Parts: sequence; C-alpha cells; structure tokens
Amino acid sequence: MRFVDEFRDAEKAQALSGQIAALCEPGRHYSFMEVCGGHTHTIYKHGLEDYLPESVSLVHGPGCPVCVIPMGRLDDAIYIAEQPDVIMTSFGDMMRVPGGKGSFFDSKAKGADIRMVYSPLDSLKIARDNPDKKVVFMAIGFETTAPSTAMTVLRAAADGLENFSIFCNHVTIIPAIKAILDSPDMRLDGFLGPGHVSTVIGCKPYEFIARDHNKPLVCAGFEPLDILASIYQLMIQLRDGRCEVENQYTRVVPWDGNLKALQVINEVMELRPYFEWRGLGFISHSALKVRPEYAKFDAEEIFKIPGIRVADPKACQCGEVLKGVIKPWECKVFGTACTPETPIGTCMVSPEGACAAYYNFGRFTRERVKEATRA
Amino acid sequence: MSGEQVIHPPETEGHSADWAEEAVREAESHEDPDLAQYALGGATLSLEEQVLQRIDRQRRRKAKIKEERITLAHGAGGKATHTLIDALFLESFRNPILEAMEDQATLGVGGTRLAFTTDSFVVHPLFFPGGNIGDLAVNGTVNDLAVGGARPLYLSAAFILEEGFPVADLQRIADSMAVAAAVAGVQIVTGDTKVVERGQCDGVYINTAGIGVIERDITLGAGTVQPGDAVLVSGPIGDHGVTVMLARGELDIESDITSDTAPLAELISVLLDATTGVRVMRDATRGGVATILNEVARASNVAIVVDERAVPTREEVRGASEILGIDPLYVACEGRLVIVVDGAETEAALAALRSHPLGEGAAVIGKVKDDPPTLVLLKTEFGGTRIVDMLVGDPLPRIC
Repeated sequence: MRFVDEFRDAEKAQALSGQIAALCEPGRHYSFMEVCGGHTHTIYKHGLEDYLPESVSLVHGPGCPVCVIPMGRLDDAIYIAEQPDVIMTSFGDMMRVPGGKGSFFDSKAKGADIRMVYSPLDSLKIARDNPDKKVVFMAIGFETTAPSTAMTVLRAAADGLENFSIFCNHVTIIPAIKAILDSPDMRLDGFLGPGHVSTVIGCKPYEFIARDHNKPLVCAGFEPLDILASIYQLMIQLRDGRCEVENQYTRVVPWDGNLKALQVINEVMELRPYFEWRGLGFISHSALKVRPEYAKFDAEEIFKIPGIRVADPKACQCGEVLKGVIKPWECKVFGTACTPETPIGTCMVSPEGACAAYYNFGRFTRERVKEATRA
Repeated sequence: MSGEQVIHPPETEGHSADWAEEAVREAESHEDPDLAQYALGGATLSLEEQVLQRIDRQRRRKAKIKEERITLAHGAGGKATHTLIDALFLESFRNPILEAMEDQATLGVGGTRLAFTTDSFVVHPLFFPGGNIGDLAVNGTVNDLAVGGARPLYLSAAFILEEGFPVADLQRIADSMAVAAAVAGVQIVTGDTKVVERGQCDGVYINTAGIGVIERDITLGAGTVQPGDAVLVSGPIGDHGVTVMLARGELDIESDITSDTAPLAELISVLLDATTGVRVMRDATRGGVATILNEVARASNVAIVVDERAVPTREEVRGASEILGIDPLYVACEGRLVIVVDGAETEAALAALRSHPLGEGAAVIGKVKDDPPTLVLLKTEFGGTRIVDMLVGDPLPRIC
C-alpha cells in the first residue's frame, strides 16, 4: 500500500538499527520520551523496540487525550448525557473510559442517548436531524483536534443552530511537557515531539526545551521508520553535544505550524486558568474553554454541571506512568485489577494509552519470545 | 503565560470511585504472596516475570461479569462475550456437551454422530455488497456445522420482523436464503415468524439452527493442537467486516470490496479428503482470526506465532483498517476458515484448499510452538514482535 509500506520497510529498519547501535557510547544509557500516545501505539503495534539496543529505552509520555481526562470530568459529561432530551456524541475511544460511576457505555446501557461519531461534524448533522433534542459533542484532544471542534462551533454559529453545544475538554501539550520537565524524578535524554500536534502549533513552541532544559527534541512521524529515524537524529545530536529542536516529520509538519488552524482555535476558545489532568494534577493554563462570545455553544454554560472531583484510586499509578517514572507493568494493579476490559486507570483504556499498549501488544518477556519467533 | 495572574485550583479532594477500590481489593484477594519464590529453570523470577505470572493467574480465574447491565461489548465476540457465556450461560446450562464450547454441539444418537448449532443475525445494514442478512443466516449456520467436520443437512429459520418492514425486502431476503441453501445442499425444514411494534427491532432479525451428520471418523477441537502444527487461512481476511462498515455510509469511503459470505462445507470436504492431519477448523466471524487463534492457544496450552507478511489481506481492507485504526486480524469474515494442521501435512492441506474456488487465496500464516503457552505472537511486517490478544471493546457492532 502506497504511503504506508515504504515507511515500514524491514531492511531500512535493520540499517537504521545498526546506525543507532553504533552511536551508543559504551556504558551510557539513553532514555527518550515519546510525548504522543500515537507514537506509543506505533512502537508497540510494530514491535519497534526489537530494533533498539538495550541501552536505548523509550518512556511513554502524557500525550494520549483520553488518558489525561480525570474521572470527575467524565462524571460531569455523563451528568449532561443523562439530562432530559440530550444526545451526547463522542469519539469511540472515549466510550469505555470509566468515571467515578461508570463509563459512557454503562450510561448508554441504562438509557442515555450516547452516540459514537467519527467527526464533530457528524454531531452537527445529528443536531440538524433532531431539532427537538439538545446535542452535545464531547470535545477532547490536544491542539490536533481542537481546530476541528472550533470549526464545528463556527459552522453551528453560521447556520444558526440552537440545539448544539460542546463539552470542551481540549488540552494543550506544552504545559504538560513543562510539568514533566519540572518533575524532580525525571531523567530523560531527549524527546520525540508529537507530530500531529505540531502540524498545528509548529516546532517553535518546543524551543524552550532545548534552550532552558538542555534536552533535544525531534518532531516525529507516526510510521515505525519515522520513529527510528527520529531516535537516530536524537542520538546524532547527543553525540555532537547539541540540543536543538529538529523536524523529522517534514512531509506533514510545517516549522511555523498551521496559522489558520491556530486562528480558528483562538477565535472560539481561550485558555482556562487551570485544568485537572489525570495523574498529573492541576496544571495552570493547560486547557481550553469556549469564549464567552460563543457561550450558547458551551455545554458548561447550558447545563449546571456538578463539577465534583473524583480522587484516583490509591492503587492506580497512572500519574507515574504518564510521567514515565515507572513502566506500565510496574504499577501495582497492572493486569490484575486493571485490564483493558475493566480498566481502572485511563492509561489502560485507549489503544494509545501506555498500559493498554503494553498489555495488548507487549505482555511478554523478550528472551522467551525471541526463542519462539526464531525461524 | 508568565505575568498573568494565576488562579489557584480547589484544594479539596473529592470522593473516590467505589467500583475501582472494590476491583483492587478483589484482585488483591487472589494474589499469591509466595509468587516471588517460584523458580523458573532454577532461577528466581524477575520482577517482570512475576508480573506476567500474576496476570496469568488472574486471567485463568473464573470469569465474573462486573457490569450491571449488558453493553455492546458483550456482543462483540471478544473477551466480554466470553465472560458472559462462561459466567452466565455456561453456569446455568452446564453439561458435558456444552462444555466442549465448540462452534457446534456433537451428539451421539443411535450410533450416528450429529452436529447441532444455532446462530442469530442482526447485521446492519440488511443489504450490503456481496450479500444480505439472508445469505449470512444460511451460510453462518452451515459453516458452524461444517467446521466440526459435519455434512450440513437441515436448517430452521426464525424471523423477528418489525412492523412496517417492506414485504418486497423480505422476499429478497427469503430468495437469497433459498439460493444459499441450494448452494450449500441443505433444506430449510422448519421455522417461526414473530412481528414486533415499530422501533422494537431494526427491520428484521433472523435466527437459524442447523443439523448435520459427522460421517468421518475424526475428532476436531481447539484443544487438540500441538507444537509443530501449522496455521492456515483459506483466503484474504476481513472482507466482510470492512464491506459492512463501508456500506453503512458513515465514513464516506467508496470501494469495490464485497462481502466474503459463502458456504464452506464443500471446501472443508475437499480438505478433509486430502489430509487426516486437520486438528481444528473455525470460520473467522466476530472477533476475527485473532480471537480464534487465542481460543486455540488457550485450549491447547500452546504458543501460536503468526507472520504478519504471510496473512493475505486485500489492499482495501488494509486501507480502511489503517484509516480507522483497527487491525484486520480482528475484522470479521463470513466465508473464511482458520485451520490448524499437523505440520507434516501443511503442503497437502494448502494444495487441497487452493484447488477449490473458495480456497484460491489460502496461505500458511503461522506455526504452533510450546512456549510461551497461551500466547499468540505476531512477527510484524516491520520485523518486530508483539502479542495479539483477544479483542477488547467493539470496533464494529452488528456485523452479522
């Protein structure tokens, strides 16, 4: 398949793997964080770690939009969904995320009208088709999905739709990376930058990472060869003693980002003073809300949401996993109380979550698998 | 953001999630405190091995339904479906025949071995490229009999119809069933009709049951697989699932792909004539090839290693799967076999399959090993390794 196979070429991977190994200084350990959950998924889905030398390890970062939604926020969403005459619409991977009292799926089974959509525009269509219902879109994601949510609000405003609103849970990536860099138990040698977020925000916002924290960052694409090539670029920087922001994903990411998309976000949304992240706690200026000018499309204004906080279960270590302090399997409830079919922590829900990726794709010891897969 | 006034968040801790605390307590009560001392090949278990053992213990525990209500995941053919069947139906109906948990029950009646099965069809949309709910209802039951080594003989057909459903559509469905039955060499000999109020079902639901006779002296089963065996599929995978998904029109993708729905009894007969090495066959419906391989790996306590590059998959199926972020290994087929054969019989089985039009695209996709038991491993096209677990959640509800 064009545009896919060329980025999954095993021979090229072998060659890159050799070059990465050659760059490893004896006795030194390298750990790189892939910020984006899409990268985590690629790494596990393709078994990419088989190509890395033992001294290079990957730490899975906080960039999975589903994983960072706190339970209380989901309870608020379910509260909205269970109000009379409401149709809640949501992306599929949000459906199974558990709140304090169950998930969208559970609420749907009890009678709430909750529908899966592929795009916020599908929600608009549902709103047009159901004029006597209040249609709410559960808006989640980083800067990658915020423009399409904002565009949808603009479209609804232009069409004069009265029965459509969004429950805005959009978050921004830079404050989360900052929180990780400021965390005292953090030991990283560099970052794989989130490719799709960067298509919107560009590469410049990462410059503080190189300048103030002396860590290199390479914006990486989502095919397995993209990730290997980005690791190679990080290794070259470390060898040369450089700390820069580089762009490996040039076929998609413009250095300055997408101005139009940024304008659209800015037109409809503004920064919240603070927002709670699952596992990371409250982070200042880390999320977006609907501007007062568009209040009639803001579900938080339309419905009196309870806004109750739900404490993470004590045994759940999503926070440490999101910060890369522990590996998924080191969590006390990993694979026992917390599994993909009955997740406790959100890292176990989305296929982009570090725990789910590890459980679904990597739940084995490497030596025994090497033996089994030998030709 | 510096210079702006920072508003401080609330400091109060909210209530905790009771269900989560309960799940943790429940899992802890099944922990083995002496796990760390278990030796594997003389060595103390590494921390990671201990975790894997702990998970293994949890997975082998008796299934328990945690949800208070049925969700769509219970119908997806993956883990939740298995849990529902094991914890609710099997517990209520338990008997030795049911406990075999194959696609069909095998019954001894007066010296004859009969195969008996049933299946319900709720596909949406009712009509899709390559078939309709009627074809599926006949082929699905025929295939569930045939994979047990039976010659399908008789079917029942029960219809639940929605008030207002067009008679012309029902005629089309019945015509398709008649043709499918003729092709498969079975007769529909009994049936039932119910009508419910508008909105109480979606057009038409069909249930079929079937009886066949097992004339060959063979015993097939998911528990009979051994290290050294080979894993085959009878053709490209995932066609049906992707076709139905595209036919729903929600994705605005157009393609020429058609459903693979077909009766497999003849193909199976050709295969069983050619080799006595077949251990188990399944038609890869809900949950796809991956789910079947997991069932086999678990039932036979073996490892199955699949080579992703060897798995026949059409470009359209790959493309749609890439866009949707699903794995073709989990996408339903309605006319494809997964077969495990004695390794020495691989070539004979492959040649037999390829000699039949429905098996033209057959391929060897993997092999059976002894370690690590119960896991399905995938050598990825990229050259890495990962496991292929049972399906969790439902990428596509109402696929058949």
